[in-house]
Formats: sequence, C-alpha cells, structure tokens
Amino acid sequence: MAVLDETQMREGVDRETVETVQSMAGTYKHGWETEIEMDFAPKGLNEDIVRLISEKNNEPEWLLEWRLDAYRRWLTMESPDWAMLNIPEIDYQEQYYYAKPKSMAEKPKSLDDVDPKLLETYAKLGIPLKEQMLLAGVEGAEEGRKVAVDAVFDSVSLGTTFKKELAAAGVIFCSISEAVQDHPELVKKYLGSVVPQNDNYFAALNSAVFSDGSFVYIPAGVKCPMELSTYFRINAENTGQFERTLIVAEKGSHVSYLEGCTAPKRDTNQLHAAVVEIVILEDAEVKYSTVQNWFPGDENGKGGIYNFVTKRADCREDRAKVMWTQVETGSAITWKYPSCILRGDDTQGEFYSIAIANNWQQADTGTKMVHLGKNSRSRIVSKGISAGHAQNTYRGLVSMHPKATSSRNYTQCDSLLIGDKCGAHTVPYIEVRNASSRVEHEATTSKVDDDQLFYCRSRGMDEEEAVALVVNGFCKEVLQELPMEFAMEAQALVAISLEGSVG
Amino acid sequence: MLEIKNLHAELEDDSEVKILKGLSLKVNPGEVHAIMGPNGSGKSTLSYVLSGRDGYTVTDGSATLEGVDLLEMEAEERAAAGLFLAFQYPVEIPGVGNMTFLRTAVNAQRKARGQEELSAGEFLKVVRAKAKDLQIDADMLKRPVNVGFSGGEKKRNEILQMAMLEPKMCILDETDSGLDVDAMKLVADGVNALRDAGRSFLVITHYQRLLDHIVPDVVHILSEGRIIKTGGPELALEVERNGYADLMAEAQA
Repeated sequence: MAVLDETQMREGVDRETVETVQSMAGTYKHGWETEIEMDFAPKGLNEDIVRLISEKNNEPEWLLEWRLDAYRRWLTMESPDWAMLNIPEIDYQEQYYYAKPKSMAEKPKSLDDVDPKLLETYAKLGIPLKEQMLLAGVEGAEEGRKVAVDAVFDSVSLGTTFKKELAAAGVIFCSISEAVQDHPELVKKYLGSVVPQNDNYFAALNSAVFSDGSFVYIPAGVKCPMELSTYFRINAENTGQFERTLIVAEKGSHVSYLEGCTAPKRDTNQLHAAVVEIVILEDAEVKYSTVQNWFPGDENGKGGIYNFVTKRADCREDRAKVMWTQVETGSAITWKYPSCILRGDDTQGEFYSIAIANNWQQADTGTKMVHLGKNSRSRIVSKGISAGHAQNTYRGLVSMHPKATSSRNYTQCDSLLIGDKCGAHTVPYIEVRNASSRVEHEATTSKVDDDQLFYCRSRGMDEEEAVALVVNGFCKEVLQELPMEFAMEAQALVAISLEGSVG
Repeated sequence: MLEIKNLHAELEDDSEVKILKGLSLKVNPGEVHAIMGPNGSGKSTLSYVLSGRDGYTVTDGSATLEGVDLLEMEAEERAAAGLFLAFQYPVEIPGVGNMTFLRTAVNAQRKARGQEELSAGEFLKVVRAKAKDLQIDADMLKRPVNVGFSGGEKKRNEILQMAMLEPKMCILDETDSGLDVDAMKLVADGVNALRDAGRSFLVITHYQRLLDHIVPDVVHILSEGRIIKTGGPELALEVERNGYADLMAEAQA
C-alpha cells in the first residue's frame, strides 16, 4: 500500500465527496440497464441446471460432482432465520441461474474483442478496463497507480486487465472459470477449503450454481505489483448472481484486493449469494476491501438486491494477516459476516465496516474472529448508520479457543441514528475458553446531533452537505483504511446513500 | 446593515416562554455595537434567532440584513448572505478535519453566491496566512473540528472561520467567556483586524473588559428581551462600576 499523508488524503476526499454529492440529482446512480441480448439457462433450479452450468464452463468431472454434492446438501438445508432480518419467502424456481451476453458465446481472446456495449457499461460505471494508469485525483498523489480489473457481468467474466504484467510477477489473476481450465490443481486444492459446501444454506447454493468470479494466486514472497479488483454487475432481470472468489496468498506474499458491485434499478428483488474464500499462509498478508452498492430498493422499499454472502479468510499458518474493510451501502437485505480464522500462531485479523441502511433497507452484518492460534490478535471497528425506516444490526462473534493463549481482541461498535423511525442493534457473542486471553468490547449509539448540523449550516452548508460531513466524520476510522480510490468512492456513496434522510 | 424592529420571539416548544419582547436596534455599515445584559435577558436567543437556529418562533417584528428579510431564510442562506455567528460554545465534529470543514464552508458560500469555488491550493494559501495571525498552527488545522481544543483554541478557531468567510455582519456571542487575558487580546486583535467600513459587528458580552480591546461605537443594555438603554462606550463602564440593577430600575420607573 502506498503510504499517504493522511491529512492530505482526507482533504482531497472530502472535497470530492461534496462535489460528487452536489453533482448528483438522483439517489442511486447506477440504476440504468444495458440493453443486450442474453443467453439464459432455463428458469429454476435442479440437477440439470447444475450440470448445464458446469458444461457451459467446460468443467472437469470432479467439479461437477462437487457442485452436485453441494446441491444435494442444499436441498436438505433450511434458510437461516437467526438474523434480525425480515426476509420474504424466496422462490428459487423463479430465478435464472445462468445469464450470459450472447456476444460472449465465443470467449473473446482479450478485452479488445469484447462487445463494445459491454465495455461501455463499465466505462459508464467509471471502471477502467483499459490498461491505463489510474489517476488518483488526490492531492499528494503525484503518480498514478495501476489497478488490475476483472469485470464480471451477470454470470460471466468479461476479461481481466494487466494480465501480462501480473504474470511477469508470477501473480495469477483471472476469472475462476479460466482458473479451472488453466490451473485446475490450485482450484482443486483450495476450493471449499475455507468455506465448505455445506457451511450454510447460501454457501451451499453458491457452491452448486456459481458461474464465475475471480481467482487470485500470489506466489511465495511476491508483493503483488498493483491493486487487484473485481467489479460485479448484475444486469439481467430475475437473475441471481452467484460469484465465487478464491484468493491464495503463499508464504510471505502480499496483496490488496478490491471489490465493487452495482445493479440496475428494478422493482423486483434480485438474489445475490456470493462466496469468498481466502487462504493465507505463513507471513502472508491480504487486504480485502469491498464497496457494496447493489440497488437498495426505492424509497418505499420496492425492489433491491438480497445480498447473502459468505466471506471467510483462513490465516492458516503463523503470522498470516488479513484485513477486511467493507462499505455496505446498497442491497435491500444484507446478510454478511466476513470472518477470520486465526489458525496459526501470531496471526492477525482485522475487520473495518461501515454499514448504511436508509429507507426500508435491512442489514445484519458483522464478523467472526475465531482465535485458534497462540498470540493471535483481532480488531473490529464497526460503524452502523441507520436512517429512514431501516434496521441495522451488528452481529459479531469473538471466540478464543483453549489453545489460543495470550490472544487479544478489541471491538468497537458505534451506531448512528438519523431520524426516529430506524433502529440500530448490536449483538456481540463472546466466548473465551482460556485464561490468558483478553477481549474488549466498546459500543456506542448516538443520534446525529442537531447542534452539529446547525453549526455546519450556520457556516453556509445545506442540510444534506452537513449530514454528509458529520457522517463521514463518524466513519473516518474505517474510511481511512480503504485504498484511496475506493475511499473517495465510498465517501461519495456515504453521502448519496443518506440523501433524503433528513428534513 | 442590520435592522431589527420590534422583534418578539418565544420557545417553539413552549409558547409561554417569551424571550424577546420587542427588541429593536440598527447597526450601520462599519459600526461595532455591543450588547450587554444580565443572565437570561435574551442575549444568546437574539444571536440564535438572527442566525436561524431551530427551536424559536418569531411572533412579531422583523430583522433585515441590507434590507433583505433574514427571518424568511434558512440558516445556510443567511450565512451566504453575509451573516456570521461566532458561537459561545463552538460545536465539536469528530472525524472532520478543521481544514476540510473550513473549505467546505467557504466553497458552499461561494457556490451559493454564484462564485467560482476556491481550488485546494488557493485555499491553503489563504488559510495559512490567516491562521498565522491568530497563532493557529498547522496541527490545529488538521485536528477534527473543535475536538480536544482548549477554550481559547475554540474561540480563536471561530475567529479564523470568520476571517475566512469574510461576512458583512458578525455576531460574537460571549466570545470572551472562558478566555484568559492573553487569549482575549489575541481574539480581539483578530476581530479588530477585520473591522472595516463595509463590515459591522454585534458583540454580545457580560463584561466590559472585552470592550477595552474591541472598542464599540454603540452600547446597548438588554434586559427581559428588550433594549432598555443605548449609549456610547461609557455605558459599558457604568455597568462595570454599578451593575445592571440601577439601569433596570431606571427602565421600570
């Protein structure tokens, strides 16, 4: 990670936020749709669909069996109901499980061959698919930085940038369907090793029908020369997106990975059930950042994405380190607990989260820190913001196993309420099974303060600008953990997500 | 500049609590007026009603800035029109850098007035020069707005905001409270540096000592929501010597 002058970054970022907010008229800016001919698998879910997806991806036999196994297990499972979420019944037979732009029937050799309509989609989203320097637009950042992108559109990956440059460093960054073809031994070794097929209802569903996603492999001792990122776009109607991401960091390697998500505005709900698995070996370090901006539904709670995601990192060997940073502003329903298994000794897990729920959004999100190794350390900083009629729950587990002696956790959960019809809930689970570990938990709940808003307004800011400023201040501890391109986007999102929440 | 006529205001939540009861005053361009008065006379309420804080209902009277009705405007519109209130208790905003706050404010006002926004570079240059005069160092500009600031730092920060926003009409609400002699001098110097023919001040204070440094053209005595006496700087000295009791008795007589 580039070391930044913190203040300078904040300066640039905040200005950006305000400008972005001012330039935006609507609330959800990614709500448009790309009109393109799609190739759908038949509606509904059964073994034939699982076989079809596997066949479309030209998968080896073992993977088909793995999927079928997952599907059969899924049939015996029930949708979890312990979260503080009101989830309408989902008819899994009314969804499409595979959608691919027709122009992608022949896999393009490079991004140059991809249908310009698809490329335009990403250009419109502001995502660079050309191999160009990304100019950060931040004071103090003199040179541009490179970010490699994997673009996933509905069920398929369109292509990945900077492949050659990454390959020179020994880094593999491609879609998971390509990885199955080109690096089957790696996929076979690690797939499902962090999140088993039957881990939970949604993970089982994903294991059966995942169509694409990203694969990252960082060889021993390599510091990935650029940020890696995946942008997920759901476009087709009534289509679920089930991406699977697998990241393997060999001994002593480093990587920073970013993930962004958007979807068109629709008045029906759409399903998104992803799985992210991260394997981190000795002395390796992975930083995983998400800006989740799926369509949240309209101001009356109609439409929006159901976001049921299983993300887990396994710090499998000593001194492995993982850091999750998430900015969750979208989705009608969010069910997501990026977790850290601190298996090795002296391992480290961090979780920084901003979850914003406005209008009728529901979020139940948090983390699990499972301490298995000695001297393992974890840190949780969660900032929940509720507005409108939204309900926002932090749910977190900190577990110290008997062998995880001298381990430590620090948890800080802050909730901010805007208005008087929303709710904030904090549900910490703490299990300590040895005498030498230490767990700290701090929680606060506050309302956006009228005095703060008046102070800002008396200096000339309008109410929305004032709220954006105060809320961004509230989130600062988390925002500053994001890579800078994302920090700007996230700040703008924080402001936009809260539009209409006051007055 | 500022003209207040027969202003009546009460608490929004409790119309029984009438605070301003027919307050009138007129501040001409370039003038410094002081308002003195005992606790509970309505000094802070006057500053809040003028700057547009929620919680008060104006039941009668008017307040205009350069002939434009202030009371019809939102707080931010009043600010853009040139009104500034230096708070008695400046508010803390955790996580928001002082400099970010300042620039957001300056550009919001410039935008509202149809002016070009200041670039980061231009802004930095101006703010550094002005901060130096108020002995505000780089660290204080970086820290979150008013968080962990001492009483003196908070007040100096208010004056810095005033200097950056260049308002036409400045209201200082007990800016001297909580300041030691040196800090008061610094704040007063900051205010005096801003005095000019086009800018007016309304200085609200309990004590005469601030007026040794910021010498007013006119002094008003406020009691029970009305101006009971108006005079020159000597009126402040009289209050200092004799307190408010005589003046209040005189007014009732």
